[in-house]
Amino acid sequence: MSAQAALLIPTEPLFPALEKQPMPRGAEILIQALVHEGVDSIFGYPGGAVLHIYDELWRARDRITHYLVRHEQGAVHMAEGYARASGRVGVALVTSGPGATNAITGIANAYMDSTPIVVITGQVPLPLIGTDAFQEVDTVGITRPCVKHNYLVRDVRDLGAIVHEAFHLARTGRPGPVVIDIPKDVSAERASYSRLDHIRFPVVAPISRPDKRAVSRAALAILQAKRPVMYVGGGIVNSGAAEELRAFAEALQLPVTPTLMGLGGFPSAHNLSLGMLGMHGTYTANMAVSESDLLIAVGVRFDDRVTGKLATFAPHARVIHIDIDPANVGKNRAPDLSLIADAREALAALRAEVSARDHTEIVRSITQRTRWWDQLRGWQREQPLRFNGSRDQIKPQHVIRELHRLTGGEAIIATDVGQHQMWAAQFYPFKRERQWITSGGLGAMGFGVPAAIGAQLAFRDALVVAVVGDGGFQMTNQELATAIQYDLPVKVVIMNNGYLGMVRQWQEMFYERTYSEVDLSVAPDFVKLAEAYGAFARRARHPEELSEVLEAALAHDGVSVIDVVVEKEENVFPIVPAGANARDMIFQSEGV
Amino acid sequence: MNHTLSIVVADQPGELSRIVGLFSARGFNIETISVGATLDPQWARVTIVTRGDDRTIDQICKQCARLARVREVQDVTTRPHIEREMALITVNAQEGLQRQEVLNLVGVFRAKVVDISHEQIVVEASGNKEKVEAFIEMLQPLGIHEITRTGRIAIGRLSNVEVVPTAELEEDLFAVAAH
Repeated sequence: MSAQAALLIPTEPLFPALEKQPMPRGAEILIQALVHEGVDSIFGYPGGAVLHIYDELWRARDRITHYLVRHEQGAVHMAEGYARASGRVGVALVTSGPGATNAITGIANAYMDSTPIVVITGQVPLPLIGTDAFQEVDTVGITRPCVKHNYLVRDVRDLGAIVHEAFHLARTGRPGPVVIDIPKDVSAERASYSRLDHIRFPVVAPISRPDKRAVSRAALAILQAKRPVMYVGGGIVNSGAAEELRAFAEALQLPVTPTLMGLGGFPSAHNLSLGMLGMHGTYTANMAVSESDLLIAVGVRFDDRVTGKLATFAPHARVIHIDIDPANVGKNRAPDLSLIADAREALAALRAEVSARDHTEIVRSITQRTRWWDQLRGWQREQPLRFNGSRDQIKPQHVIRELHRLTGGEAIIATDVGQHQMWAAQFYPFKRERQWITSGGLGAMGFGVPAAIGAQLAFRDALVVAVVGDGGFQMTNQELATAIQYDLPVKVVIMNNGYLGMVRQWQEMFYERTYSEVDLSVAPDFVKLAEAYGAFARRARHPEELSEVLEAALAHDGVSVIDVVVEKEENVFPIVPAGANARDMIFQSEGV
Repeated sequence: MNHTLSIVVADQPGELSRIVGLFSARGFNIETISVGATLDPQWARVTIVTRGDDRTIDQICKQCARLARVREVQDVTTRPHIEREMALITVNAQEGLQRQEVLNLVGVFRAKVVDISHEQIVVEASGNKEKVEAFIEMLQPLGIHEITRTGRIAIGRLSNVEVVPTAELEEDLFAVAAH
């Protein structure tokens, strides 16, 4: 080599940072990509297949806080509670095999309720896949029917791009859960990563803008309708359409009935609200839909718990169906007009279309519905939601009323599934979207406590109350330890009737009171149990104690648990029996 | 009514099972299914023959289109198209009259002899479902030993005008003859 040539070879690398630093490990790429997606909290539970990831998480603990749960189901429900309360994507991290299978209930729940979450599962190393290795399970296979999409990461070079696509898929269009299954060796291998890494497969952007002609036809139909009803669901909440909905309903004085998932999407106490629709909905809402000539369905899917017998649901109504998911439209009820669009954009477009019209036309539209409103008010007077009070036993409905009074209607309410859930839905008027977090589609007992913890993390200063049954509480009460550990001061109200209450109610009403395997009266002392976890706990047995106990628990600045011993055989009314017509509603127990 | 759906999906592991899983999970029926490459190696085409009323077919198409790696879903039945399937058939063909009869039918249906022994012949037949079925029906009395059939594949016609080549006219004749 000549002396001249040697001069041209730099003794020091030109870009030392680039050349000296080894490329990041898969685990590090994962963390970086999560940070780039705005993640600062992860709910998880470690295990063998995710050791590299946990090693990296520890290093990154100033950027991402990991919340150690006590069961993987809790992690995913917490991620969902966090997502439902905040509108951001919730993230859970579990190990392979049992970690993944324990997470399934949470994933299915998020799928049914269209909640954006990303669940990262560990997997056995690539060479071991398919060998029935220790803690191996076909996670992408098992989760396939209950995810929006899932990935098995086979090459570390794809990891960053997959994470970014997963978040994109989870939060766009109709939101939902996405699973990323990462083999242990992939999390250890090195690759370059850039936050701009993108997917090789173009994701088709969901249509969000409504079709103009359809909007003007819909507006005309609504203006001309004599007995319209707005039937609104979880899509309102997911698209942040509450304000648009209110503005539109007010502009034309349209009656609104939310589904269980739509609660909070329209203020319960608003004078245009008819209350909840469906199996345990109000008489007025169900009658209104039965008599309606135009159903304006927004962000709903005509679920069987809403429609009852599909053939006789809204029998006189033409249907305008607005939904972001084309597959929801025409699935159960063929609409007369559909708008495949984001709910907020569709409602904004409808409002613009209506307000562009002649003012007299709007006035005429409103006045021609005077008789309809008279009828709606008549139904409201005829059959308001009600319950019989009691002097010696605590009525569960009264607990919800008291809870509402003491929280000023401002609390975030998370629930399990069953009677207490329906009473909370009926008797706690919600003011705003994302104030109500419940397991709707899947109906998963055990959702309430972890979901409340997730919501509390999203809003540390908010008052978050988990209303649960004694059955559901026993499915996930171990997460009280998580709440205590991270000082997430949720309040848990156990509606304790010693029964699997909703099943008991159905057995009472439809199976000649054959109470088959619903007796849960052998249970731990919930006060002692909660105290054992380190929570503040009280019990209320008599109506006169209730307010004081509730107040004390709500005022406590840490985690608190209230065991409310309620009337054992109280039923949820009204009820439209499964598969029946709205008109077959039952309002009270038959005389025993 | 039978519908032939043409689904373009990313050619990646697991994507086919997403589609098949969707059919079984939602109670849809698969009559035949066939998968093959497209011009672009990134994408594969899945052709599924399914049955259902218009609403069911509409739901199937929408549900398939919802899959993240599905690029397009077409119900090719709704427009002019050509459909083909293939069968490999092992049929008894003892030397002599029986073999002569098999070879005659092979000639009539423009099938092909692809393998032969002293007792049997393997023939390959392709065409629309009716032709293949007519062929099988005609071979039946001779003693069919084994049949392997592909799923159906389909492609759109170049123009909306039904150009019926002579060969197909003959096929239609066979279809009539078989019934």
